[in-house]
Amino acid sequence: MQTLNFQQLWRYQDQLIDGTLHTLLLTLVAAVIGTAIGVAAAAAVRSGPRPVRWAIRGYVELIRNTPSLIQLFVVFFVLPGFGLRMGAFEAAAIALGLYFGAYCTEIVRAGLDAIPGSQVEAGQCLGLTRWQVFRHVVLPPALRSVYPAFTSQFVLLLLGTSLASQISAEELFHTGGFIETRTYRSFEVYAVICGIYFALVMTFKLLFAAVGRLAFRWPVRR
Amino acid sequence: MRSFSLPDFLSLLSALQWTAVLVVIALGFGAPLALALALMRTSASRALRWTATAFLQLVQGVPLLGLLMFFYFGMPVFLGIEMPPLVAVGIAMTVYTASFLGEIWRGGIEAVKHEQWEAAACLGLSTWHQFRYVIAPQAFRMALPPTVGFLVQLIKGTSLASIVGFVELARAGQLVSAATFQPLLVYSIVAAIYFAACLPLTLWAHSLEVRLNGAR
Repeated sequence: MQTLNFQQLWRYQDQLIDGTLHTLLLTLVAAVIGTAIGVAAAAAVRSGPRPVRWAIRGYVELIRNTPSLIQLFVVFFVLPGFGLRMGAFEAAAIALGLYFGAYCTEIVRAGLDAIPGSQVEAGQCLGLTRWQVFRHVVLPPALRSVYPAFTSQFVLLLLGTSLASQISAEELFHTGGFIETRTYRSFEVYAVICGIYFALVMTFKLLFAAVGRLAFRWPVRR
Repeated sequence: MRSFSLPDFLSLLSALQWTAVLVVIALGFGAPLALALALMRTSASRALRWTATAFLQLVQGVPLLGLLMFFYFGMPVFLGIEMPPLVAVGIAMTVYTASFLGEIWRGGIEAVKHEQWEAAACLGLSTWHQFRYVIAPQAFRMALPPTVGFLVQLIKGTSLASIVGFVELARAGQLVSAATFQPLLVYSIVAAIYFAACLPLTLWAHSLEVRLNGAR
């Protein structure tokens, strides 16, 4: 039986912190790209012409029914073919952004669908402008109904960024591989890496719960 | 160097059976565990609820890739023996399946109104019979669409087994890609195979959702 030895890992503190920051950066960039795609695509599905709607459906189903590992590989190998030279980190951000965008489209679409048309009409009857109806009637309940799904998808994205290590993007899991080759302490390294992911996930979950409680204080009407 | 040809395609297809083996293992061992977790989460005992919650939070707070590495490198540390990758991957996928299915099924059980338990108790059924004959059939209807949806997640998740060297579809894709130097073509085909396996399940989950919601 091997004995556990975490001692050697201390020397790699700086790398671990750096890897954690890169994981956070990758998560945020992918989330921003994905949210932008999601909002635009959900709006287009509601009011766009038919070919656009079909294209979006195709994109959503394509992403949702293939492993993100393979998506990463495809993006990583496709982009250079179009003359786009970019590093693994950028490719990972694009691939994960496309991945998050597909789920985001579905989430935003469901959020908009949750608002009854009569509510919009009621707003118009009060003499509100289009923008006021959107801002005061549609947006608040839509945000509320989207929030739980969006935040849990964000956590899944954070965990999913670990796959970027497979195209050698330098994030936390990749850092783990680097330290492993230096110390040969595979189990200890990955136990620590898992611990860091767990701490990040818990922090975000608590943060999201607190923000949700503050932002959505009005009572639910059924 | 050779270019991609029919034998390569067939080797990809035959690797699909190992993906299927992983799914069967994960469901075979994970589903009973998931049921236990769902029952623990909805039980009256606080200790049971907390144990199950802690397990779920822990598993869902770590990347699947991390779980794989943990068991792959952890088995020799804890048991002192080298395990074939299939065992480590099987355990990781089982734990992953148990935690996610457990949550889905807990949602199904909680969606059944509490009066149903009370009504069943009034009929003199034991706690197990209340669950088995009154709650479970109703919870099953609620939980079926997301369960089928999770199957898609599981099939996609098995692609990570490639990283510890287990040869399933994704790994076979890497091997063929390395042999033919046609990564774009090979990975597109791999993606198409996954898509063909997952899309019917997604559509089925969607139609179930529409049908079961309409019936309520």
